[in-house]
Amino acid sequence: MTDWLTAQEWTALMLSLRVAFWATVVSLPFGILAAHALARWSFPGKQVFNMIVHLPLILPPVVTGYLLLVTFGRRGYVGEWLYEVTGFTFAFRWTGAALAAAVMAFPLMVRAIRLSIEAVDTRLEAAAGTLGASPPWVFATVTLPLALPGVLAGAILAFAKAMGEFGATITFVANIPGETQTVPTAIYEALQVPGGEGPAFRLVVIAVIVAMGALLASEWVSRVVAARVQGR
Amino acid sequence: MLTVAITHRFGDFTLDVAFSAPAGVTAITGPSGAGKTSIINAVAGLFRPDAGEVRYGDEVLFGPGVWVPPHRRRFGYVFQDARLLPHLTVRQNLAYGAWFAGGAQELGAVVDMLGIAPLLSRRPAALSGGERQRVALGRALLARPRMLLMDEPLASLDAARKDEILPYLERVRDLGTPILYVTHAGDEVERLATSVVRVQGGRLAG
Repeated sequence: MTDWLTAQEWTALMLSLRVAFWATVVSLPFGILAAHALARWSFPGKQVFNMIVHLPLILPPVVTGYLLLVTFGRRGYVGEWLYEVTGFTFAFRWTGAALAAAVMAFPLMVRAIRLSIEAVDTRLEAAAGTLGASPPWVFATVTLPLALPGVLAGAILAFAKAMGEFGATITFVANIPGETQTVPTAIYEALQVPGGEGPAFRLVVIAVIVAMGALLASEWVSRVVAARVQGR
Repeated sequence: MLTVAITHRFGDFTLDVAFSAPAGVTAITGPSGAGKTSIINAVAGLFRPDAGEVRYGDEVLFGPGVWVPPHRRRFGYVFQDARLLPHLTVRQNLAYGAWFAGGAQELGAVVDMLGIAPLLSRRPAALSGGERQRVALGRALLARPRMLLMDEPLASLDAARKDEILPYLERVRDLGTPILYVTHAGDEVERLATSVVRVQGGRLAG
């Protein structure tokens, strides 16, 4: 299994998986909260909030990476304070790659979850309320379970997006083998040297398989879980 | 006793009603579009009128500066479309309201009264319309309401299903929980109601 990939390529793949996993898991609660707020609440500044959530989708990734650098870099507004107080830093660490991936994948995740929350019948939520369930309970016992197919599909899409993140990652945490070099940045590095097409090709195949696998999985999950949830 | 006095403008339609519902079954009746569902939703807390007051005994549920949310009103609501939670089994649907009310001790008795024991492990998608309405009735009862609200609970059923449910409604009535019952069907009023509120065009009629 390992002999058709070099140690460095193998490291990049495992790091990509780790980065994408943590980016997805940590951002999921925030994604659900943001999606619910956008789908069901009305509050001042909602349009601005919506725009900020979607910004990473539209901004050049290098700009997002730069903004992360000036915010969370060792000398960044938040990063400097964070490092002095807790000794923790995102700068040039795999955690920084995970942060960049999470930010870039966030709009995709929120969109999928928001659509599925909007599809939940508000009349069922109202019925749960008349049975004594307070709004947080209604969310936990009615809205979230019924939106679960979209939540899972959104998480899988975000995972795939996080696996493929390039621009913000390389800008924010560079391309350090073993620390911040993911599959896309490893492909980029391989293509910078003459004769690098071979290693690049192997990584490209991996990237395509992961992306297609994620798309299939999200399709499958939304169908199977939706059927289960609806009791059909 | 439930006391309602509310006004609300919907475009060029004005709802303006005042009545009280004593113990027993109070039917709110009138043609479609008369404002019946708005009235029962205002009682349940699912609709907030422009002005007025909703009281249960001495407790003000809606009034100037007062708004008690639906989950604190303790009214059991049986909807026309049942609204069972599709991701839960019948048993879980029944236990849902009971859980918030502090326990499901009466579950067995209610299940027997409504004849829904064979349905307990099914999902709502696998029930007929009449079965769904019986489960919805049981679910509302198990939430230990001080009053039951029913919005055309038989309207989506055919005549045979209606006759199947009516005896169960009579049993629920005879338990003594007051009921506010919205319907446009005269035969249901005649068979179930102990007092009648007639609504037409948003106002009380004769």
